[in-house]
Amino acid sequence: MMEILDILLSASFWAAVIRIASPLIFATMGELICERAGVLNLGIEGIMVAGAFAGWMTVYSGGGLWTGVIVAMMAGMLFGLVHATLTVPFGLSQHVVGLGVTLLATSATYFAYRLALPRVNTPPRIEAFQPLPIPYLSDIPIIGHALFSQTPLTYLAFVLVAVVSVVLYRTPLGLALRAAGENPSAVAAQGLSVTGIRMGAVIVGSGLMAVGGAFLTMSAFNSFFFEMVNGRGWICIALVVFGAWMPGKALLGAVLFGVFDALQIRLQQTTLGADVPYQVFLMMPFLLSILALVVMSRRASVPAALMVPFNKGER
Amino acid sequence: MADQLGAQEVVLRLDGITKRFGALTANDAVSFSLHRGEVVALLGENGAGKTTLMNILFGHYTADEGTVELFGQPLPPGNPRAALAAGVGMVHQHFTLADNLSVLENILLGTRPLWSFGFDRASARARIVQLARDFGLSVVPEHRVGNLSVGERQRVEILKALYRDARILILDEPTAVLTPQETDALFVTLRKMVAKGLSVVFISHKLHEVMAISSRVVVLRHGKLAGEVATGQTDRHKLAELMVGSEVKSPELRASTPGPALLTLSQISTPDHGNAPGLKAANLALHAGQITGLAGVSGNGQAALADLIAGLERPVSGDMALHGEAPAHWSPRAAMDAGIARIPEDRHKTGTIADFTLTENAILESYSQAPFSRRGWMNWRAARDFAEQVITRYDVRCPGPDTRIRLLSGGNMQKLILGRAMEPGPKVILANQPVRGLDIGAISFVHGQLLAARDRGAAILLMSEDLDEVMALSDVIQVIYEGRLSPPFSRGSMTAAQLGQWMAGGGFDGDAHAA
Amino acid sequence: MRLEPIANPTLARTLGFPLIALTLTVLIGSSLAMLAGANPFATLGLILKGAAGSRFAILETLNRATPLIFTGLAVAVAFRAKLWNIGAEAQLYAGAVMAVLLGTGALGWPSGLLLPAMAGAAMLAGALVLLGPAILKVRFGVDEVVTTLLFNFVVLLFVSMLLEGPLKDPMGMGWPQSSRLIPEARLPRIIDGLRLHWGFGLAILSALVVWVIQSRTTLGYEMRAVGQNRQAAEFAGIPVGRVILKTALLSGGLAALAGFSEVAGLKGNLTLDISPGFGYTGIIVAMLALLNPVGVVVSAIFVAGVFVGADSMSRAAGVPTYIANIMLATALLTMVLAIALTRFNVRRG
Repeated sequence: MMEILDILLSASFWAAVIRIASPLIFATMGELICERAGVLNLGIEGIMVAGAFAGWMTVYSGGGLWTGVIVAMMAGMLFGLVHATLTVPFGLSQHVVGLGVTLLATSATYFAYRLALPRVNTPPRIEAFQPLPIPYLSDIPIIGHALFSQTPLTYLAFVLVAVVSVVLYRTPLGLALRAAGENPSAVAAQGLSVTGIRMGAVIVGSGLMAVGGAFLTMSAFNSFFFEMVNGRGWICIALVVFGAWMPGKALLGAVLFGVFDALQIRLQQTTLGADVPYQVFLMMPFLLSILALVVMSRRASVPAALMVPFNKGER
Repeated sequence: MADQLGAQEVVLRLDGITKRFGALTANDAVSFSLHRGEVVALLGENGAGKTTLMNILFGHYTADEGTVELFGQPLPPGNPRAALAAGVGMVHQHFTLADNLSVLENILLGTRPLWSFGFDRASARARIVQLARDFGLSVVPEHRVGNLSVGERQRVEILKALYRDARILILDEPTAVLTPQETDALFVTLRKMVAKGLSVVFISHKLHEVMAISSRVVVLRHGKLAGEVATGQTDRHKLAELMVGSEVKSPELRASTPGPALLTLSQISTPDHGNAPGLKAANLALHAGQITGLAGVSGNGQAALADLIAGLERPVSGDMALHGEAPAHWSPRAAMDAGIARIPEDRHKTGTIADFTLTENAILESYSQAPFSRRGWMNWRAARDFAEQVITRYDVRCPGPDTRIRLLSGGNMQKLILGRAMEPGPKVILANQPVRGLDIGAISFVHGQLLAARDRGAAILLMSEDLDEVMALSDVIQVIYEGRLSPPFSRGSMTAAQLGQWMAGGGFDGDAHAA
Repeated sequence: MRLEPIANPTLARTLGFPLIALTLTVLIGSSLAMLAGANPFATLGLILKGAAGSRFAILETLNRATPLIFTGLAVAVAFRAKLWNIGAEAQLYAGAVMAVLLGTGALGWPSGLLLPAMAGAAMLAGALVLLGPAILKVRFGVDEVVTTLLFNFVVLLFVSMLLEGPLKDPMGMGWPQSSRLIPEARLPRIIDGLRLHWGFGLAILSALVVWVIQSRTTLGYEMRAVGQNRQAAEFAGIPVGRVILKTALLSGGLAALAGFSEVAGLKGNLTLDISPGFGYTGIIVAMLALLNPVGVVVSAIFVAGVFVGADSMSRAAGVPTYIANIMLATALLTMVLAIALTRFNVRRG
């Protein structure tokens, strides 16, 4: 028990929590935007892979860090466009298309990687985002180090949550988006295009997912390797449910997830870790996500038109 | 007529509108015009093309031929935004409101450019309150729409149009979900609008309402213009003839001789589901040879009662008896085994499986029983024979039993559901909105079947949003309000207005004598 | 735009759109080959040759198709009932573990008893793995897509734990792999001297059994009804929850047979890489077959051919083998669109 307490009181632990949460925040916000508009985006896992590669590759080939972020976002938006075109105007199964996009994005990424680096066994590292301590604030004990000595991308993740909240709840666009996920005919009856709003949401949301992936290569691991996304996309889908489709609560979920993930990594190094196979610790994030889904499923705040295609001919 | 209204400005002119959906011609060269400050009723049976015509005007659909002119300007086709900007407001039959948003948010939706920042909520709110006062439409802007009653929702819909400065308001079957009193209130609002120079298109198939509110009636039949008359120069019979093409006879109802109670509910309560109230200590007795009609504004517990009798819902308290005995265990299967035939409210969503064939749909309720299933194996020959039998006996018009049911018209689909439910010779029949959306021919077929079943000694519960239908067919009427059931009123003992008071909640809470 | 259902699509339409989808897939494959600096025609030719150009190639393709038939059937059965089982990967590994548990000497039975016992145990394990998410769906309404996806990771970690713990081969020089199966636990070859094993026969048989279940039995009718319209099925008195659970058992069991067949037929032991994503590829196989069990056999052979052909092409022409995955993902997406277009007219307004 003392060991756990020690861990919880260390500043580096909380810094790790925020670092783990950051990519999830980007991708969760992306998924949340899609689902609020009524589209489940199972392309998330593959789009994160694509984003991770696109950002990393840009920097590796000499581009700037922020150029890398933008390229990653564009790559995500491209796959978002594929998803949106098939699921929104054509109303195809969001399950099948989403998985198809994940397969397509993942294999396209691996193909591009092999094409770019045909005979490389250990992928090269890049000069990634460096921590940018915020003056004064970063001197606060524990919290200061955890929150205010992060890389710019992490700060961006937190700013993003605020922006998504404001857009969603305070602007005409957010209003239309929330209505599109609840009752698309309300949107159509006011002369707005359901197709346009939903496609826009999926494309922008996919762009954010890709930035979440890019965080992995550009702010966490500084390199790209296969399977690095490792189910994070699926976990983000669980986080959206956990957050009851609200940006603030989803952020809380991502941080909570970061706590458990950072804790399990550190517990592996304790005496407990010596007795228990490391796989048990690695399972925890997935099992916790499943548990969160079970607990939260009782509360029904699902957008009413989630996964329901809108076709004017069928009113 | 022209000289009578000629002085008034023409605000809307539809010219030669034709719209085809595949093989179906929904509108066939329809023309009519609307003047400033008048209510024109668009009258026609279900499927006559009224809603399609208005959806073309509003820009949801594009016409294949013909033009629309608003205030003398041609309206670009297929663009709801243009229609809204030109001052057309539409209150759809199925409300277009988002339940997760407030009244204010629903009204504001789409009123500002998407890429602008924020709303001036305070002034918007003030404007809504002012409009609500001017037109007698009481709403609370902060309330969440998901918690509103049907009547309130409709007021929000009308306010949406008024907030956008609509000069022409289209109301699609607005009274279908209202009590007679709420309908009167709506008419008061409409008259205020007309007095202020607005114009209204009132879509309906209810003749007495058309007579009450409109100054002119445009009748559609099978997508074609069947006639256009000034309301003052016609009567209900003439309109009915125009609408249907021949004189309609209302069903003849012989007095019934009620037998024993086959299904009784005493003090039954069921759980609420979100905004849908459950039953609250409800009492009901369905007698052999009698039709019990259920009147009520939709959303007052009809779904709970229907689900209970259909076997989908179990009571939390109270007693239920079938043929005098309490059922040991309650489920859809148990209900069917106890001789209850069920005609569900929504034939597309609950009554049939769209991509199944007629054969597969015909055995949907009996697939697990001999001869259709033996030891886990299906007997498709027996199933097909059964489907053919239903098709012949219930006059289901279709290419054959192997057709997918999605290709059938609503009426034929309903006949298959009816046949499938009636073939076993049920003792109790739950008919939930049995003729909703059907044309006259199908309506009289379904009603005829129900009356014949009554005369054979079946106990029937007829649930309908159409109070006229309930009053025409029922031997006994009970009113449902917020999950509570009124005492039974025998046929003819109550006027529509009196029932309307019960439907609005008056009479419950012990002041039964007040009604 | 607006989609308008077509009552009776013409033959040209029914065949035309899928053909366009296939052409598009080939086009994308060709342009990727060009991107990789290879001649597109030569590349496609090499893929074709690698998949079906020799007796060895054909047998290799059929061998690779075997697990895909099982996972494809698992997905087809589940999707037909709208049970979104994306966890065939986990169920496959569960089946493989059971094959190893029983087949490495724990049971000293003759083949005729041991193999059915292994297959049965594998099916049971796979069924149980999917039963969890299915119960969560039926009881709590938890979306099974996410739970089955997450379970894939849990089960794979569990297998990794077993392979570094109790199941670890003492003679394996420290590699995370299981001991080898005893000879009685190996699926024999169909024809002596050819590498094709009886797992393929079992896969064909399974496809026929699934076809019979779906078209001839009461359970099949129930599964289709629940999948097409759950609300109507419930109203008609079909025990929806129970049907979903039965579907899960069948689907999980079928996916587990893939693991059994790979271990007992092909590999002879269990490693962490016996499945290069057979579970996920099963989704492509099932969708290309329009969820038809007999079609699954055909589409599994096609998909396997693309993989085997791409592998051999990659060795010869140096185009990354992931070209196969891209082409199949494209085929999946274009095919679902093509199928929709055979049923709907796209109209303006």
